[in-house]
Amino acid sequence: MTEPTGASPLLDARGVKKHFGAVIALRDASLTLKKGEIVALMGANGAGKSTFVKILTGALRPDGGTIRIRGRETKARTPAEAQRAGLMPVYQEPSLIPDLDVAANLRLCNTPVEPFRHWVDQLGIKGLRLDDMIGQLPLATLRILDLARALAIEPEVLMLDEMTAALPTDLVERVLQVVRAQADAGQSVIYISHRFTEISELCDRATVLRDGATVGDLPIEEGVEERIVELMLGAALGAGRGAGTDVTSVAPEGPPRVKVRNLAAGTKLSDVSLDLHRGEVLGVVALEGQGQDELFEALAGVRRPSSGSIEIDGKAMSFHHPDDAIAAGLTFVPGDRGDALLMQRSVRENIALPLVARIGKWGAIPMKDEARRVTDAIERLQIDTRAQGEVQRLSGGNQQKVTIGRWIATGVETLLLFDPTRGIDVRTKRQIYELVRKLASEGASVLFYTSELGEVPMACDRAVVIFNGRVVDVIEAADADEPTLLRAAYGLSAEEELPA
Amino acid sequence: MTRLISKQGWVLGLLAFLALLFVLTTVIQPDFGISGLDSLSRATLPFAFATAGMAVVVIAGGIDLSVASMMAVAGVSAAVLMDGAGGGGTVLAVVGVLAIGLAMGAINGAAIVYTRVPDIVVTLAMLFVWEGVALLILKAPGGAATPWLRELIVGNVIFPWLPRSFVFLVVCVAVIWIPLSRSRLGLSIYAIGSNELAAYRSGVSVGLTRIAAYAVCGLFAALGGLTLTMSTGIGEPIPGPYLMASVAAVVLGGVVLGGGRGALLGPIIAVFILRLVRMDLTLASVDPNVTTIVEGTIMVVVVMLGGVLAMKGRKT
Repeated sequence: MTEPTGASPLLDARGVKKHFGAVIALRDASLTLKKGEIVALMGANGAGKSTFVKILTGALRPDGGTIRIRGRETKARTPAEAQRAGLMPVYQEPSLIPDLDVAANLRLCNTPVEPFRHWVDQLGIKGLRLDDMIGQLPLATLRILDLARALAIEPEVLMLDEMTAALPTDLVERVLQVVRAQADAGQSVIYISHRFTEISELCDRATVLRDGATVGDLPIEEGVEERIVELMLGAALGAGRGAGTDVTSVAPEGPPRVKVRNLAAGTKLSDVSLDLHRGEVLGVVALEGQGQDELFEALAGVRRPSSGSIEIDGKAMSFHHPDDAIAAGLTFVPGDRGDALLMQRSVRENIALPLVARIGKWGAIPMKDEARRVTDAIERLQIDTRAQGEVQRLSGGNQQKVTIGRWIATGVETLLLFDPTRGIDVRTKRQIYELVRKLASEGASVLFYTSELGEVPMACDRAVVIFNGRVVDVIEAADADEPTLLRAAYGLSAEEELPA
Repeated sequence: MTRLISKQGWVLGLLAFLALLFVLTTVIQPDFGISGLDSLSRATLPFAFATAGMAVVVIAGGIDLSVASMMAVAGVSAAVLMDGAGGGGTVLAVVGVLAIGLAMGAINGAAIVYTRVPDIVVTLAMLFVWEGVALLILKAPGGAATPWLRELIVGNVIFPWLPRSFVFLVVCVAVIWIPLSRSRLGLSIYAIGSNELAAYRSGVSVGLTRIAAYAVCGLFAALGGLTLTMSTGIGEPIPGPYLMASVAAVVLGGVVLGGGRGALLGPIIAVFILRLVRMDLTLASVDPNVTTIVEGTIMVVVVMLGGVLAMKGRKT
């Protein structure tokens, strides 16, 4: 780590700690920022980046460490206090009030109107009226207005969190130009982005977080991307490829069950094509917000795609309702377990639910058959049955087993799993991989999004990598080690090898 | 102009509906005139204040089920304080009652903010609490109201067709709401109702704003209770039917349950619509049980039509 030399830095965060119950989110996070400098804050999923950002912006209180602005320690407890201390964030989701017009939003946070107008013009938004309702403006415009609002109050430190996500290319260019020009004029910026091209174009330094601690602080120069990836991965790099490859992937044969072509939906998913075969587990690898949510929602019939096609067994599909997707054999298991389970009901009832739903609306429930299938499923799931009276009393991992395991009892053609192992323990994760493999070996097709790259070789046959709404790579399980996946997920080319 | 229509479309529609109802009223009851207008306006007064209070908390993203009980507390407090009071005493009593209203509302808000119990649960509990308080102050209807206060809301002013009670309502609501809605607090009330996280990030103090919104609701409830005592001359400790009526008028008035949208004008027009419908049905000697069915139907149909129109407007 480089120690700041000479003049004291404008912003100096040191040894910041934060834990949530037993979970340690930040152990030792540090960041320094000098006047007129743009520093990239980087880290893989779960490195503690968003916790660090929330602490810096006053949305969370740290358990330890110090944050100094111009040498004065700040103990901001709310975003308002952080802003008064000179730190103005632009968050990923716009923080403008949808039911108020532009002028009222400016008054709400005491933003001067003239500078705001100046920045709106500079950033290339035309035809904005102060009495436009925020709720009726497009997302890209809102993000620009958020940035203009932040620039207008001339903060000491500007913090941009994934500023260019959801922006069209021309606006991205404008934003980068304006931010660079402001930095040259003395504005200090913390820049959070997944896009290496922007970071190398814009930033002076990069601070890398891993497992809740700052592990590196590098000047941006040629080839620094590889160093950053290496720092983000840490020990995982040494594990080498194939360490967790339990899967013998078979080359897919025959026509695909699910064929997606040029699918676009919402602002984030722009062009995804993939084939999902029988008996195959296809991983989806993406950093947060690259369009994977939209992909799964479109396949589950929750969201209508704006263009592209979905074919099931060669038949073109158009889903108007989740029912249509279910009828076509697509079963969506959402990331939030609360969306999939009847929390107050028993494990048995939850497993039997899709079975019951399948029987004719007015028919009696064939209790005997149900009981047999459910008992069978519980045994195979190895669910701790002491708490089976109410699903909400099960641990998160066991709940997740129920959401997947019910499809063993019912039988399933195509399973869409969205980050099923988030926040559950290692042993249960293993059981979930086994479940998924089991379902696939019985002929099901599984689309498996995971935010943990290490899971891909353990559960999947192949993985498609989505970056910026497009498929950028398809990686076989045998080659799907973490460095390869991470580089691909960051949109770096797959050909270059990492330095040994 | 088109912007004005699109922004105030709901209010204009409600006004047209109200005008239509007045025409209908004169058809059903040809001798409906100045005295009818006066009694309609006076009977609507407590409903209108309850609605104004409810509208403020609903805009802030909440709800206050205790509004009728707070009106009862204010009404009996006024009757007890004014009993035998002179001119100066009456003014003090009025100020005192308004302060009690603010305090009750602030207590509701603070209970929601600091206990983190959902607003619907807290205010349901407070409904019983304030009901008990009202009965502790006055066990049976009683007390007295200073007679000259009643003059404020009886008869007409300036024009023969302009009821004093209506002017009283407009002045009270305007004096409280217009400065409030233009202040930073007013914006903050809309902001927390519209998107709490965005409001927090914009530097709005969410908790204090919520407490303030409930306090304003309490203030309007106190005005409602005060006018009840003013017009009847005694304090009534049992809450009247103001809770559901105020929620109905708020919804019909274009305030979205969930917050962020609407204002006070729409709900107050809506309150007149609902009262006038009831009066018309009574005049047309419709079974009172049918009356409530008609009221309920009107609410759903009007809100549905509004939703349909809004969707069409978005498509074009």
